[in-house]
Amino acid sequence: MEKKNKPYSIIFIGAFNIILFITMLVYISVYAYTHKVEMIDNSYNAHQALLKKQNTRGTIYSSDGKELAVTLTDENGDEKRDYPFGKVFAHAVGFATNGRSGLEDLANYYLINSDISLSQKAKAYDNGEKYPGNNVYSSLDTNLQQTSYDALSAHKGAVIVTEVKTGRILAMVSKPDFDPNSIERDWDELTKDDGNTELLNRVSQGLYPPGSTFKIITALEYYRENHEAYKDFSFTCTGSFSNGADTINCYHGENHGKLDFTKAFAKSCNSAFANISLTLDKSSFNNTLKDLMFGDVIPWDMSASVSNANCDENTSSGDMMQLAIGQGTDTISPLHLNMITMAIANDGMLVKPRLIDSVVSAEGKVIKKYDTENYKRLLSVDEADFLQQLMEEVVNTGTATRLKGLTYSAAGKTGSAEFMTSSSDSHAWFTGFAPCENPQIAVTIIVENAGSGGEFAVPISKRVFDTYFGVD
Amino acid sequence: MELYVTEISKYVIALCAVLYTMFSYLVFIYRGEKRRQPLYAIQIFFLFATQFSLFIQIFARTGSKRYFALCMIQMVAILLTTSLFKMVYPDGNRLIINNMCFLLMVGMIVLTRISYGRGIRQFLIASVSIILAFVIPELLFRMEFLERAGWFFAGLGLMLLVVLFLYGQVANGSRINFSIFGITFMPSELGKLIFVFFASSVLSMKNDFKTVALASAVAAAHVIILVLLKDLGSALIYFVVYLCIVLVATNNPFYFAGGLLLGSFASVFAYNIFPHIRTRVNAFLDPWTSIETGGYQISQSLFAISGGGAFGLGLYSGTPTSIPYVEADFIFSAIAEELGIIFASCIALVCLSTFIMILLEAYKIRNDFGRLMCVGFGVTYIFQVFLTIGGNSKFIPLTGVTLPLVSYGGTSVVVTIIMLSLIEGECLVRSDERYQDYLRKKRGEAVGKKE
Repeated sequence: MEKKNKPYSIIFIGAFNIILFITMLVYISVYAYTHKVEMIDNSYNAHQALLKKQNTRGTIYSSDGKELAVTLTDENGDEKRDYPFGKVFAHAVGFATNGRSGLEDLANYYLINSDISLSQKAKAYDNGEKYPGNNVYSSLDTNLQQTSYDALSAHKGAVIVTEVKTGRILAMVSKPDFDPNSIERDWDELTKDDGNTELLNRVSQGLYPPGSTFKIITALEYYRENHEAYKDFSFTCTGSFSNGADTINCYHGENHGKLDFTKAFAKSCNSAFANISLTLDKSSFNNTLKDLMFGDVIPWDMSASVSNANCDENTSSGDMMQLAIGQGTDTISPLHLNMITMAIANDGMLVKPRLIDSVVSAEGKVIKKYDTENYKRLLSVDEADFLQQLMEEVVNTGTATRLKGLTYSAAGKTGSAEFMTSSSDSHAWFTGFAPCENPQIAVTIIVENAGSGGEFAVPISKRVFDTYFGVD
Repeated sequence: MELYVTEISKYVIALCAVLYTMFSYLVFIYRGEKRRQPLYAIQIFFLFATQFSLFIQIFARTGSKRYFALCMIQMVAILLTTSLFKMVYPDGNRLIINNMCFLLMVGMIVLTRISYGRGIRQFLIASVSIILAFVIPELLFRMEFLERAGWFFAGLGLMLLVVLFLYGQVANGSRINFSIFGITFMPSELGKLIFVFFASSVLSMKNDFKTVALASAVAAAHVIILVLLKDLGSALIYFVVYLCIVLVATNNPFYFAGGLLLGSFASVFAYNIFPHIRTRVNAFLDPWTSIETGGYQISQSLFAISGGGAFGLGLYSGTPTSIPYVEADFIFSAIAEELGIIFASCIALVCLSTFIMILLEAYKIRNDFGRLMCVGFGVTYIFQVFLTIGGNSKFIPLTGVTLPLVSYGGTSVVVTIIMLSLIEGECLVRSDERYQDYLRKKRGEAVGKKE
């Protein structure tokens, strides 16, 4: 008892607890702050109902200032969510009853919160009114959206238009669609069986065989392996190409004759690209596919499907030939193809696509501003430049000549993706950008079961470009 | 007008709580209680300021006059507690008492908001406990024989738990309640007192390997019975408290490390044996996907904490009752939701300041039993706080422990107040040691030896 030990252990216990508590409190604050939006959006959260009772859901505006979704309150205080454009913005704006989708889901947190000043709140409180929720300004443009919507007409398919330098989405159309104004009434019909895909946003959730649009990627890999030697490439097309038991036919068996690399791309010659595929290094090709986010999650804030394309040392020659022309097991979502196009048009750098420009309180105070966010470099400046030239040639002398000779210059790649081996039907693809000198927008179109890309998708892109550049 | 009051009061409440908390740390600048007196006075002022602004907010929100009467009664009760304490025990530590009053006050207001009847009941139980607290330190001071009754306490504690095992009532899947003469209480709470007495007494008399081994066996028996009762929170508390007492008693880190190692093995074993532990851990790892199967409570708790933001939604403006058992196990989340994360953090920091003061007292005291008892009670207290707050916020898996002094639960409040008053009793022992030193010095003897 006398040999009194200094009670260092007490200091240890004290110090340990102090550190523990500080760590815990920092954790609590950081976690609560960083997960706030996610937690409010959880359907089990009672605060949602609380906010709904307190605030009127905010308005969603287009970038040209038109109301896309607005809550109307009648004299009895009953609220109704109104979508003035009806079906036109169905997937982009989405709905807010029976679950949520589109912008209504993405911006839900801001729409149900109200950041008006205390004096304004007090005024509303004294009048027995709810507080107006924050308004969301989207990047969507009503003219481009309407044009895309009309151009797709009665076809199933998707159109997406993005600004390549900012990532702003100007138009996003998916068909078949639904009317958000009557979603509650139509809900049972829309969800009746698996055959109904009206609620599916084909832009991000649809997966299609990329068809000839995939030649962009094959061309990129060929350039990565051969650089300037691509100029020495020469191939004589006879309408088909065989290697052992595997045969690849050109679209509708067309005979393209003697081709260099640029022409093979412009004419979209399957035989030439099947021939090229046999010379490619399989593991290097797979790395390129990974660079371009195949088999990976794409930078998108809503649900998106994962595209598929891969090869390894064990991939057979026949499968390589199919891979190179975007057939076989390859799949891609229109949004993903648009991102690749955006990156090409923006000198290799992919800017993250976004739907929201800013969130503004009912009094006009900016609550949150969304900035341009570089996601990552998908390809080098040199590679982007190479692909831009190839895609210009497609418009000048290839499958997209319908875009030639206009007041603006466009570039792109068509695709006619065969989706059933037994049938000659194909999905019509086009992905491209304009103007060539200084690319501003990227457009990606798929028209399901329509025919060739040059015939059915390119005209839609022309209408979109016309609208964007103000050509009547 | 009401809106201005409820909105502005949020900031006033947070500010008062922050200032109170600040003073509960500023007092550590001075080593002696005498020089801390002015700081204590300011602290009490902010205690009342916090309380008053809380009631203003309640009144603006509900418009009910009955809260004013309640506010007055509670203010008088706190004023009586703090001033009487100063008169009866001039040598006691006032920080511990002030913090106790602050936490009780916040607890009662939040409980009143959740359920008026329970808030009143809590107030009555706390008042009776505080009256007991005035007597107990003096009793302890006079009953030195308690210090040598360690093995008696060991038997008493084990007996209590065995009786609970045989005759206890099941509540929420754990066998933790016991009724006698119509009063239901939780023996494991009372057991904490007895357990700390046992460990402190045995290990203060001897700290050789044989004694430690024997005491450890008895402690292990306590823990095993609690695990069998499915009262995991208590089992964990007993275990950690015992390890800390051994560490301080022996100053041998190997006992501590060995205990931790053993505890880790036991946890893995328990995880594999008991399905309800797996449920808890799964809910901790991913509350969102298991929201239907076991993550409901923790999800709701996280919604509450996050939904309140820095300053909270204001009393009567949130949905604390959407968390099951909010008044006992999730009071921290309810506070964070309606009073904000800043206020809730203040609560945690006030608890920590009490703990640091207890350790400081333990550090100064020379009586071995007193020191171990202070450490034991201090760790019991702070570890419960840690388990609750950490569990509520998904920092650690949920254990279902109450936040001492704040949560609803009669036994917990009584036992915690008694613990704190026993620590005050040890402060008296310490000042008596000082007095003896002073007398010896006067007589020219060496200082620091025990009589």
